[in-house]
Amino acid sequence: MDLDALMRCVGTTSCIVTQLTSGMIIGMLLFLIASGVTLIFGVLNVINFAHGSLYMIGAYAAWTFYQLTGSYFVSALGAAVAVGVLGVLFERFLMSKVYGSNVLMQLLVCYAVVLISDDLIKIIWGPVSLSMGMPVEFRLPPLRFFGGVVPPFYIFMIVAAMAIGLLLWLVIARTRFGNIVRAAAVNGPMVSALGIRVNLYYAAVFGIGSALAGAAGALAAPVRSLTPGMGFSILIESFIVTVIGGMGSIVGAFVASIIIGLTRSFGSIGFPLFVDGVMFLIMALVLIFKPSGLFGRPHNK
Amino acid sequence: MSAAEILKLDGIDVFYGASQILFGVSFGVEKGQSLALLGRNGAGKSTTMKAIIGLAPPKRGAISVHGVAVQKFTADRIAREGIGFVPEDRQIFPEHSVEDNLKIGIKTGVGGRSDWTLEKIYDVFPILASMRTRMGGRLSGGEQQMLTIARTLMGNPDVLLLDEPSEGLAPIIVEKIGELIQRLRGMGITLIVAEQNMHFCLDIASHVAVIDKGHIVYRGSIDELRANDDVKKRYLAV
Repeated sequence: MDLDALMRCVGTTSCIVTQLTSGMIIGMLLFLIASGVTLIFGVLNVINFAHGSLYMIGAYAAWTFYQLTGSYFVSALGAAVAVGVLGVLFERFLMSKVYGSNVLMQLLVCYAVVLISDDLIKIIWGPVSLSMGMPVEFRLPPLRFFGGVVPPFYIFMIVAAMAIGLLLWLVIARTRFGNIVRAAAVNGPMVSALGIRVNLYYAAVFGIGSALAGAAGALAAPVRSLTPGMGFSILIESFIVTVIGGMGSIVGAFVASIIIGLTRSFGSIGFPLFVDGVMFLIMALVLIFKPSGLFGRPHNK
Repeated sequence: MSAAEILKLDGIDVFYGASQILFGVSFGVEKGQSLALLGRNGAGKSTTMKAIIGLAPPKRGAISVHGVAVQKFTADRIAREGIGFVPEDRQIFPEHSVEDNLKIGIKTGVGGRSDWTLEKIYDVFPILASMRTRMGGRLSGGEQQMLTIARTLMGNPDVLLLDEPSEGLAPIIVEKIGELIQRLRGMGITLIVAEQNMHFCLDIASHVAVIDKGHIVYRGSIDELRANDDVKKRYLAV
């Protein structure tokens, strides 16, 4: 424990700015992943334990697209689309077969996908970690706010994640597609009986959730090292976020992601050995005082 | 019966797990007819309705709509073949507004027919027009029943299946629902109404099928049933 260091940090604006932005980029990556997890759970009532693998594949795909095209924006978009398509295939050919089964069966299918994709990553990209480096578009002098240094890419990442989150919220809350998706989340058979191909909507939701994970991977690629198995730890954290925010709530995922991101960045100064402990403590407190999560509704299925 | 039957069930058996609920159920409706499917609680009325729309697919037997065999189709496809299903217990979307509930039902009918628009729905159901932004879950039982029927009509069905539309509603509301169904009949919609309430059906049905313990035990016109005290006593607890 070094709470003095934490106090010293919050006493200087430069340290606050630095920790705030690094907390936000952790939070925004988590948000993109957790919002996919929560969307898929909210609509399909299954937990995608393979969501971390989709994030990993997104990062590797972005790395390869960047090598091929030299454009980070094209690579990020390509990775999101590719992982989205992969998610649709995963849903149609595997997950949809176990919707009616118990959770253990679903877990097993996902775990198989996790193992297979980790090995495929090793076969295709090799077992050693890769690094994309700062994309050419963002090789700019760092910005300074109140004495704190912020790489321009961090700003892009935060803004891009927020824009994606806002777009997702608008699609779910305001469009006919979202209207049907929200209805299917409550009562799929009734939506189907009204003549709507509800299976297509399920696949689309899975694809959108997957594309969000792919986008997160692409945004992480310049600032994280790429390793087989990189999806696992972020998956655990995104579950913590989902539980704190409330299963099925995108707004909840947003708020909880920021809480966890800031806990990580400021915690790494004040209590570096107990950051995970504090994260789980927050989750436990939420579960005790508001079991459905900060923004969740009690689940009645 | 004649080839004009728009919907026909031919010897369907339905199971829930290992237990058989329907035993060789057969009947049909012709265009413009209004069939009451009468029976006591647990006789198999709802299961028959769910079998038609594909939510309880039959293990044996055939169901045809406009001459197309649909018994293997999913619910959404059967709905697009022209069947509109109004479930018992209503099943409106509680966290959608009245208008959003209606919009989910939007679908062109067979042959691209789109007689039912939001304006026409609000014309036929003025009560819904006055609460279009209210959440479905905040409506009364009668209003929810109206909304469920309206939502299904938005899909321009050729045959409307109404599962226990009078269930759990106050007599004055039941009367209103009855008037509404009369009005729909006047528009030429083919109807199947599952009910335990025979009196409710006497005014709205042209034909009747009586179901008991999963078997169809009587079929005839509504006037024939009116005169048949034996069937009424034995199966309908009148």
